[in-house]
Amino acid sequence: MSSREEITAGLAEILEEVAGVSPADVAESKSFTEDLDVDSLSMVEVVVAAEEKFGVKIPDEEVQNLKTVGDAVSFIAKNS
Amino acid sequence: MNRPDVVVTGLGATTPLGGDVASTWDAMLAGKSGVSALTQEWAAQLPVRIAAQLMVDPSEVIDRIKLRRLDRSEATALIAAQEAWADSGLAGSGLDTERLAVSVGSGIGGAQTLLFQDDILEASGPRRVSPHTVPMLMPNGPAAFVGLELQAKAGVHSVASACATGAEAISLGLDIIRSGRADVVVAGGTEAVIHPLPIAGFASMRAMSTRNDDPEHASRPWDKGRDGFVLGEGAGIVVLERADHAIARGARIYARLAGAGITSDGYDIVQPHPEGAGFVRAVRKALADAGLTGTDIVHVNAHATSTPTGDMAEIAGLRAAIGEHPVLTATKSMTGHLLGASGALESIATILAIRDSVVPPTINLDDPEEGLLDVAMFKPRPLDIPAALNNSFGFGGHNVALIFVRNS
Repeated sequence: MSSREEITAGLAEILEEVAGVSPADVAESKSFTEDLDVDSLSMVEVVVAAEEKFGVKIPDEEVQNLKTVGDAVSFIAKNS
Repeated sequence: MNRPDVVVTGLGATTPLGGDVASTWDAMLAGKSGVSALTQEWAAQLPVRIAAQLMVDPSEVIDRIKLRRLDRSEATALIAAQEAWADSGLAGSGLDTERLAVSVGSGIGGAQTLLFQDDILEASGPRRVSPHTVPMLMPNGPAAFVGLELQAKAGVHSVASACATGAEAISLGLDIIRSGRADVVVAGGTEAVIHPLPIAGFASMRAMSTRNDDPEHASRPWDKGRDGFVLGEGAGIVVLERADHAIARGARIYARLAGAGITSDGYDIVQPHPEGAGFVRAVRKALADAGLTGTDIVHVNAHATSTPTGDMAEIAGLRAAIGEHPVLTATKSMTGHLLGASGALESIATILAIRDSVVPPTINLDDPEEGLLDVAMFKPRPLDIPAALNNSFGFGGHNVALIFVRNS
């Protein structure tokens, strides 16, 4: 079980690797598509990498609810 | 019918000899070989361990995030297209993008992506397969990415005719402009399949040179010691433009694409017709299309891949179609065989030969076949070139002849 800060940092690493997002830009309030410019195909990559990193299963129907980094952090914190 | 002239106003390439047109052309005139040993671990088990690999890796030119969504053949197409586009002066010229088309093909397509993602599927399961897989492996991918980059809206086309692809893509560009469907076509070919499976496949056909201990001398068209082609990778792209459109904007014009001839052999899926019958018909069609005769053609950039049967069949065909007078070259002796990109890269060499009045050399021709025509051996040959021919053939029996002339 990781803290919210640790999960955010882990997501920032993934976002940098997959979509070239600067880690400094990643915060819980940020929207993946609106603020961080992550397109739908890259979001799939982020989800798969997050599943591996945090040992959690993120169902496809859940992905559409993950609008912001904070949404993803909450889901991972609750389910990992 | 009033048919518009079509001219070449931009060139772009990334090849085993250089990361752009200028460095590639300089290396060609210097007679350099782009062939080297494959030192990758996977190559150790292969019967063929040499190839003509890119001089400048795409990762040096395209940023990491963009590159991870591109098959290597798409990256090379994009690099060459960007150079050609900048060279044409059309960037920022106010060209109506609804009058801009793309015709870029590949002989094999995104095979590296297909094979790499299959490795992931086998090792880690379907969920790990990249969501970028399909746009990376689809055969229209290179054309589509080039079209997207340039915002081309008059159609994006991707012909596939094996090793004639690059030339056929250029001939399609000619047709598009002549038929009035676009004013400008970005056209050419791309290929990047230096990977164990394609190499093993070609090697199993006994089509490739196994001169593993002497890479620089492995590609030797028309030499008695030739033992097959050397696989190369890269892309060549030209900007074709309606002549009056180019003149109106004061564009620099390299040459005019005067004619094209396309035929199919109807003979064998991989063997060339022994007398080059289909090729002879292609050259005659190109001459008729250009309004020229065989005597007008003073230089030929031959397909000549360094295979035992193909090289001399082409000579027989050239003798029948245009005679014994032209000065030939086989630039594959230096670049290796770029498959679907070769016809485009060799079109660029033909265009620059016209511009600079020089035939680039054929290297490694230590022991020429009897009955060979006049070849610029080892050193470039100064030659006034009002009109030149570029030949391409492909598995499947494809023959494409393109005629470029000095613009007057």
